[in-house]
Amino acid sequence: MISGISIYHILTLTSILFFIGVYGFITRKNLIAILISIELILNASVINFVIFNTYLYPNRLEGVFFSIFIIAIAAAESALAVSIIVSFYRMIASVAVKDTETLKY
Amino acid sequence: MDILSLFIVAPIITVAVLLFAKNLNQSRIISLIGSLVQLGMAINLMFAYLAERASGNSAIMVFTKSFVWFKSLNIRYDIGADGITVFMIILASIVVLAGVFISWKINDLPKEFFISLIVLATGVYGFFISLDLFLMFLFFEVAVIPMYLLIGIWGSGPKENSAMKLTIMLMGASALLLVGILGLYFYSSPDGALTFNILEISKVNIPAEVQHYLFPVVFIGFAVIGALFPFHTWSPSGHASAPTAVSMLHAGVLMKLGGYGVFRVAMFLLPIGAKEWSWFFIILSVIGVVYGALAAIKQTDLKYINAYSSVSHLGLVLFALLMLNKTTWNGAIIQSLSHGFMTALFFALIGMIYERTHTRDVRELGGLLKVIPFISVIYVIAGLASLGLPGFSGFVAEMTIFVGAFQHVDLFHRVATIIGATVIVITAVYILRVVGMMLMGPVKKEAYNLLPQATWYEKTGVFLLLIPIIIIGTMPLWISDIITESIKPFIERML
Amino acid sequence: MDFSYTVLIPLIPLFVFLVVGIFSNYLNPKVAGAIGVLGLSTTTLLSLYTAYKYFFEVGKVNEVYQTIIGTKTTWIHFSEVLHIDMGVLLDPISIMMLVVVSSISLMVHIYSLGYMKGEIGFNRYYAFLSLFTFSMYSLVVATNIFQMYIFWELVGVSSFLLIGYYYDKPSAVAAAKKAFIVTRFADIGFLIGILILSFYAGTFDFQELNNPQGSLILNGVGSSFMGLSVIAWALILMFMGGAGKSAMFPLHIWLPDAMEGPTPVSALIHAATMVVAGVYLVARMFPLYYFIDGGFVLQIVAYVGAFTSLFAGVIACTQNDIKRVLAFSTMSQIGYMMLALGVSGFSGHEGLGYMAAMFHLFTHAMFKALLFLGAGSVIHAVHSNMMKDMGGLRKYMPISNITFLIAALAISGIPPFAGFFSKDEILVAALEKSPLLFAIEWAVAGVTAFYMFRIYFGIFWGKENSYAHTPHESPWVMTIPLMFLALMSIVAGFIPFSEFIAADRMPFEAHFNILVSTVSASVGVVGIVVAWIFYKSENNIPERVSKAFGAFYTWAFHKFYFDELYLFVTKKIIFNGVSASFAWFDKKVVDDGMIGIGNATLNTSEKIKKLQSGKFQDYATWFILGAIALTLYFLSKN
Repeated sequence: MISGISIYHILTLTSILFFIGVYGFITRKNLIAILISIELILNASVINFVIFNTYLYPNRLEGVFFSIFIIAIAAAESALAVSIIVSFYRMIASVAVKDTETLKY
Repeated sequence: MDILSLFIVAPIITVAVLLFAKNLNQSRIISLIGSLVQLGMAINLMFAYLAERASGNSAIMVFTKSFVWFKSLNIRYDIGADGITVFMIILASIVVLAGVFISWKINDLPKEFFISLIVLATGVYGFFISLDLFLMFLFFEVAVIPMYLLIGIWGSGPKENSAMKLTIMLMGASALLLVGILGLYFYSSPDGALTFNILEISKVNIPAEVQHYLFPVVFIGFAVIGALFPFHTWSPSGHASAPTAVSMLHAGVLMKLGGYGVFRVAMFLLPIGAKEWSWFFIILSVIGVVYGALAAIKQTDLKYINAYSSVSHLGLVLFALLMLNKTTWNGAIIQSLSHGFMTALFFALIGMIYERTHTRDVRELGGLLKVIPFISVIYVIAGLASLGLPGFSGFVAEMTIFVGAFQHVDLFHRVATIIGATVIVITAVYILRVVGMMLMGPVKKEAYNLLPQATWYEKTGVFLLLIPIIIIGTMPLWISDIITESIKPFIERML
Repeated sequence: MDFSYTVLIPLIPLFVFLVVGIFSNYLNPKVAGAIGVLGLSTTTLLSLYTAYKYFFEVGKVNEVYQTIIGTKTTWIHFSEVLHIDMGVLLDPISIMMLVVVSSISLMVHIYSLGYMKGEIGFNRYYAFLSLFTFSMYSLVVATNIFQMYIFWELVGVSSFLLIGYYYDKPSAVAAAKKAFIVTRFADIGFLIGILILSFYAGTFDFQELNNPQGSLILNGVGSSFMGLSVIAWALILMFMGGAGKSAMFPLHIWLPDAMEGPTPVSALIHAATMVVAGVYLVARMFPLYYFIDGGFVLQIVAYVGAFTSLFAGVIACTQNDIKRVLAFSTMSQIGYMMLALGVSGFSGHEGLGYMAAMFHLFTHAMFKALLFLGAGSVIHAVHSNMMKDMGGLRKYMPISNITFLIAALAISGIPPFAGFFSKDEILVAALEKSPLLFAIEWAVAGVTAFYMFRIYFGIFWGKENSYAHTPHESPWVMTIPLMFLALMSIVAGFIPFSEFIAADRMPFEAHFNILVSTVSASVGVVGIVVAWIFYKSENNIPERVSKAFGAFYTWAFHKFYFDELYLFVTKKIIFNGVSASFAWFDKKVVDDGMIGIGNATLNTSEKIKKLQSGKFQDYATWFILGAIALTLYFLSKN
């Protein structure tokens, strides 16, 4: 608990962070940038977990556990994603989204 | 193994054996044996049926068998036969056998051709014997799908297009049919024990307003394959592109599924809907009858002429069914049989002529009577049969239909009948036009003088089809009596 | 007495047909011909025997000729009451027809041995002749209207096959087609008539339909349609069928063209037997025609007959093909028979017309067959149908000359030849009913004599042509039938027909009207004299006369353009108009409509497939927008 800062302030911050992530996810052309946007979304939710735990249930620790899980999974995920992007780059020499439209039609 | 299930097992065994055939000769011998066995079984079935009836069994269906297939939905393997089934099976087996003879010299992929042909036959047999709507639908699809391959692979002309059109239209019809069948299924029992069995459903009275919606769905679903105007367009192009044996089987047998289904399912299970809608479909079928015949006059491709003539003749079947009385129904069944044999014969002859002259355009043919007398004489006979000459099956069928249709006293039915009856002249016009242009007159091309005569297998195929036409035409009494007997429960439900 | 053996009369020719037809490739033509003649002789003997037994021994009970059913078997059931039987019905007119058909057919069979000798397809010819004879026998002995219809169709197809006998000749093919289609068109009327009649009567059977005390005649007039009872309409429609077969105006156009067939065929089918089937039909149904609506339909029959006889007689005067002249003459004479039926009453002397029609049918069969066979003999000698290729043949062909002359005198109504008596009865009957009809027929009698002697003089007298090889008399197989028929043309008139045939089956005494007979014979003589002046020796009178008639002559020469009219209607309107537009409609509207449904599906899919862009960011956008929309929805709902 940080004095002078209510849960609303922090939730506003995380919401902004989340939507920045979403916006980035949708609009970025570069796969790496999209990955970074996903990290932003994950970070926003991690903060939410911790904040809810701290502000609403100060005697318990489940929110913190989950945040650690998420960080671990996010790390694994970015490692995987980056490796996919790297191999992708090897194949088509590009990390732009528009070059990946092989799912079309 | 009961006598009806054999009709599904025997073709499957034939197909299984065919898989091991190495060349044309082996494939055709195996198919020949297979279809001979089926014809034997069909004739045996007829005698067994007569014996069964003679022994006093007066159930609607005899030789019934029933096994559970999907318990949760109460889908069952229900089969049975009455006189109409028996004749339809005989028709199918004769046409299949003749088709094997006519395809004696098929060159590319003979094994696969015969396999598709016999799979198609399996579907047809299965359709005729099923008493379970779901089973019936299944066999319907089994009969339709090989058609795509047979036309698409072995056909001629714009075959892919025709095959596609045919399959898509028939699939569209199947979709309607499935809706109709499900509708019937969900109203099949008031107390929740739903069933697909035709005989069971016929015992409940489906509410009139439901029948009002279900009848057109089921009717059109079946009638598309029976070439109901305006859903007939798959048939001319499909026939024109199909190889000979397939046209025979298709026009001769497959198109009969429509009339048979209408009779067995739509009319029997939805009598109130049938009465309500009959005027509308009578108009469509009369249009089909006259229109098919008139359109045939202007065609130049022999197969198109015959395809439009099928539209006209099968329109008469639907017309007769919609007239809803015993005599016309009798006529409808005889017309189905008669048209099956006649049109198969026509397509066989057209195939022979095409094989020799490499054209089906009547304007390029001429004087064939002089150079290939056997084929031409049979063509004339088939033509005369088709235009309803007494002594051939067509006359018996048409007269039964017209006499029956005239038993309605109101003006609408009378006018429809009279308009329908004009078809006997129009038919004469297009048949004689072809006979005059193609068979008579001077020999058109020098090369035609060297055309080979009919071979033994062609003659056998032709006689197989011609004999039943003459039998029905000259001795109709016993056939019509058997059919009348079988129609009785159906007409009673209608009245 | 048991008449069940009569079933053999039709069955023997059927058997001959099957044997000769199936083995036509293997049989020696001589054997085939012999089988045909032998079979026909047997049936002729049977027919004559039946006639003798019937007319002189068992037929008459209490002065009324009975109807005897020789044999009957059910062919098919339509419903509880309607069924078609196949059987043999014997009564005066059917037996008379049996005699006519068998004797003419036998003569034609014998004659054809010579005429068709060496033709390719000789066996086929005999097979078809037998088929025709079988069908014609079965038609005349029909026990019910539907049996009659069945064999009506079969004689039609035999006629088709025989007209198209020279199938590599386009004109013969066209003629065969035309004959079949025109008669078939008329048959629709016949069929619908049968349907109506059988619906109201509940039976096809002649005996029940025709019973003057039967329910149909007594109560059938109930419902009406456009001022006439439904039964009367049925009878009119049936007469349409009869008019088609008997080449009555306006369904006559097929008969002249039918002359493309071999000449003996024309003699048998298109002169003596099949074309009178229409007359026979009306005679067979006569009680109905007479009693329903007070005989209104009979008036139609009478006027159609009278008009046709005049119309055809006029055309016959202008034609140059001798077979065509004979064809128009046949139409004209059948018109006489129809007229006679039309003016006839029912009982006693009033029924004279009925008797006269049958009488004329009988005598006409003899002399017209003779004319055709004589013409055939001439054609055989000079290898042409056209009058301009003939002339002066009396020196070379004495038997043909004499027999043809006898026939021409008979048809012209000169006593004591057969035609005189029968035509005389018709004129008497017509006079009793209507002076107008009498006047027409009287004029036609003169016209008949004129055109008949026109061709007689043209063939056997006139300027002698230069022939490539000298014509000679035909072999004896051809002349014997000629002589037999000539004999019949002389004596047939003396048969007291009214003793045997009457509408009500009760024989009566036909009075000889000396005034009418003098008038009719004299007009015949005038016709002959005119023809003699015109054509006996070469001169330019005919040309001048035809010039004088001007446009009318051209009209008549072109058969009043009826062929062209029909051709216009069928080719231009039905083929190119209706049928072609239907074919177009099918391709462009119905088929393209179905294809259009397919294409619409394709287009829709083309449009909406853009949604499936393959960019996961697009999918995510939609996902998020969807999530937001759902969120807003639930929020606003609370």
